[in-house]
Amino acid sequence: MMHPVRLFKLASLALGLLLATASPAVLAAWDIQQLMDSLAQNRSSQASFVEKKNIAILEKPVESSGELFYTAPDHLEKRTLKPKPESMVIDGGELLIERGRQKHHLQLQAYPELAAFIDSIRGTLAGDRKALERNYQLSLEGTAERWTLQLLPRDDKMLAVVQRIRITGARDQVRSIEITQADGDSSLMSIEKLVTP
Amino acid sequence: MRPDTRRRGRLAVALWLAFLLLCAGVISRTSFTTDLSAFMPRTPTPEQQLLMDQLRDGLASRLILVGIEGADAPRRARLSRHIAQRLRTDAAFVTVNNGEPVNTERDRAFLFNNRYLLSPAVTPARFSAEGLHAALSESIDLLASPAGLLVKSMLPRDPTGEMVQLLEQLNSGTQPKLVEGAWASRDGARALLLMQTRAAGSDTDAQQSAMTAIRQAFEAAPEAHADARLVMSGPGVFSVTSRETIKSQVSRLSLISIGLIAALLLLVYRSFTALALGFLPVISGALAGVAAVSLGFGSVHGITLGFGTALIGEAVDYSIYLFVQSEQGEADPQHWIKRFWPTIRLGVLTSIAGFAALLLSGFPGLAQLGLYAIAGLVVAATVTRFVLPQLLPGNFRIHDVTAVGRVMASLVQRAAALRWPAALLLLLACAVLINHRTSLLNDKIASLSPVSQADVALDTSLRADMGAPDVRYLVVVSGTSQEDVLRSAERVSTLLQSQVDQGELAGFQSPSRYLPSAATQRARQASLPLAAPLASNLAQAVQGLPLRAQLLTPFLADVEAARSRPLLQAKDLAQTSMAMAIDALLMAQNKRWTALLPLTAPEGVSINADKIRTALTRTGLNNVLFVDMKTESDHLYGGYLHEATLLSLGGLVAIVGLLLLVFRSPMRVLRIIAPLAAAVITVTAGLALLGQQLIILHLVGLLLVVAVGSNYALFFDRPDARTPIAPRTLASMLFANLTTVAGFGLLAFSKVSLLQAMGVTVAPGVILALIYAAIFARKPHA
Repeated sequence: MMHPVRLFKLASLALGLLLATASPAVLAAWDIQQLMDSLAQNRSSQASFVEKKNIAILEKPVESSGELFYTAPDHLEKRTLKPKPESMVIDGGELLIERGRQKHHLQLQAYPELAAFIDSIRGTLAGDRKALERNYQLSLEGTAERWTLQLLPRDDKMLAVVQRIRITGARDQVRSIEITQADGDSSLMSIEKLVTP
Repeated sequence: MRPDTRRRGRLAVALWLAFLLLCAGVISRTSFTTDLSAFMPRTPTPEQQLLMDQLRDGLASRLILVGIEGADAPRRARLSRHIAQRLRTDAAFVTVNNGEPVNTERDRAFLFNNRYLLSPAVTPARFSAEGLHAALSESIDLLASPAGLLVKSMLPRDPTGEMVQLLEQLNSGTQPKLVEGAWASRDGARALLLMQTRAAGSDTDAQQSAMTAIRQAFEAAPEAHADARLVMSGPGVFSVTSRETIKSQVSRLSLISIGLIAALLLLVYRSFTALALGFLPVISGALAGVAAVSLGFGSVHGITLGFGTALIGEAVDYSIYLFVQSEQGEADPQHWIKRFWPTIRLGVLTSIAGFAALLLSGFPGLAQLGLYAIAGLVVAATVTRFVLPQLLPGNFRIHDVTAVGRVMASLVQRAAALRWPAALLLLLACAVLINHRTSLLNDKIASLSPVSQADVALDTSLRADMGAPDVRYLVVVSGTSQEDVLRSAERVSTLLQSQVDQGELAGFQSPSRYLPSAATQRARQASLPLAAPLASNLAQAVQGLPLRAQLLTPFLADVEAARSRPLLQAKDLAQTSMAMAIDALLMAQNKRWTALLPLTAPEGVSINADKIRTALTRTGLNNVLFVDMKTESDHLYGGYLHEATLLSLGGLVAIVGLLLLVFRSPMRVLRIIAPLAAAVITVTAGLALLGQQLIILHLVGLLLVVAVGSNYALFFDRPDARTPIAPRTLASMLFANLTTVAGFGLLAFSKVSLLQAMGVTVAPGVILALIYAAIFARKPHA
């Protein structure tokens, strides 16, 4: 019996071939570099998100939602509105977490696992292949219209925390980020681009 | 010479030699200091005492800030790691911090294991069903947040989030950013390290060896590279460099000044014997001055020695007067003694009267100068009077200087014509002084610091990079026992926390944070329920929460263990970064305990001292003190400056009184004082015009102008105006003036602001005193 993922792969390959015959432009190897190039076109974006976290010690998933802001090359803000307002601002090598009156300033370099984690998302948004490949092994599936980028940590220390990150998208838009942690906990963030006025 | 005169002469020489030996003995056991302690009061208030203690061995005094510049970022970071690694094994350093997570594991373990004794959130209410429910909800929210990754593993043991509470308190300070795993400045151009020495900041020798250790570690690192540079700053570094600067300046200036004066005298005397003999009173005076200060104060400040260098120029005057004024060809100096000694003696006495005022100063540094000057001048004059004549060889003669004297005489004759221009100049000077009266004095203590502008700039930039604690505002709590001060510190902390919440403060530190009082620890322990009630509270608390109580069994066990855990002692903090904080913030001295709570001002705003003070009175504790170190130290110095002004005026009054007593003629005294006052006014106005604000040493300089100038004025003063002044006397004054200018003029080029201040005052001052004395002298034909 064929594994569902491989089946899907095969299907998408077939679809790809089909599309390729229809449009020769897409045939020209839709690869990581092309994805990165198109992602890098985005200088800034704004989106809403819904995040579901499955945590083993909690009996049911926790859901949160809010907005995401990105400005190239390295500014990322995640503003959670529900269930409790809080924000996470990443600017260069610094991370600022605000919850209520509390503020945490963190240096990403001091938390390499967290840094790698953040870089996976930021690197994808920026289309920074070099940054991504520093920590992860990349593999791309699908078409330009519907792609899935998988990131597997290279570092053992990182692998002890994160098992896999899967990012899906369409063209230059990221649609979802799924993070599977080493202990089985996972989170899925669905992203909807907001039309910037 | 009569036999008994000769016998008395031999006795004088013998006494003199014995005295020199005695002085040398004292000096050999003298310690020399260069720190600012000489500028601290002898009878301090509690605030001042604290300021002094902090300057001497407080936490801030023991910090060395290190920067690595040049090369590239990876190399700088590697250098930083190597230096840190090597120095962490060096017992001279308590901590070496460069951002590497060295103590992190130990710190975290300490905090986690003692979280129920340390967390201020631990109260009976927190462990009730409702309290637990609230705490658990909070933890679940945190779990869902971006920080969740960091706290997930702790949840089963710490579901109420005490560890998060503790980390929050500790991480309040900002830290430099990390580049390649080591601290770097904001612009990334400099790697940074922060070290705390074991020795106090005032222990200059220890600070110097710590600096050497840092430099050696830098040079020995395998990454050492020609492009990489090491820079250091901090109070200890400042004392070391100022000591070096003062040392090198004083020794270089004394050598140059001796050389200059010797060359000048050789030109005048054309006799090596005269030159050598002429320096005997100077050397005796200098030795006596150092010995006197050493006996009187226990140690000698570098600035006093620098001052001594300059005083060479004045002490040498006495022998100039003896040699030049003695009749040519007449070997017996008894004649000079009879004719000129009374005038010189009076000159010495006026100098003593002036400097005696300084002895009263509450400022040991100033009193030292006074004592040095008095001892030095008295001995130099005494040696000139009683010893030098005995040592003159029978055929002693110097080059005939009558020709110079004649030129001088004709100049003096014509000097009176300058009276009106001089009066006008004086009037202008007065106007300048009145115009500048508010900005005349520099009342910042920094003006006394021998540290160069460049070093201050480096320090400021390193501090800004580091976010290093600039300990300016402190709350000080004192008590009779450690427990006592910790309890008070806890009460003050509660109050300060409310000020933080109101935005009046950015934060504060307290030793009670890392080491709560036994009472508080016991109260926290008592807040923890027994195993059975806690389990049932927990069972109720999880209702409605997506959390199973079974998962939290480790929590129940930890709480049970914490209930009977021995209370935390200071020694339990050993080997953690909190030990350094306790060490710096909690101290015992003479059975008196003190806790320091440094405050951090909100960014860009200064602390409203009144508001904090008022708030502190609400604690009802009477052994709590709010101290603003900067205001306190400026205040302190301002007080001294005021005192020094009064003392200088007092010195002037003493001089006038002495002259009145001797001459019993106000007119005559006025004539003597007038040129001196004119010189003082003109010099001060000149300094004001040049934008130099007066510091204490300018005032000392002015006093010196009066002391030196009084000799000239006394020589010009004659009861009978018809007898002109002998050309030889005039020549001796010119030479004496030139040597004084040479001695003090050199100080004007010193890099040490204190010495420079004295130089720029005295050198022009004595020239002016001589000129004014000539201009205002009574006309021979009157």
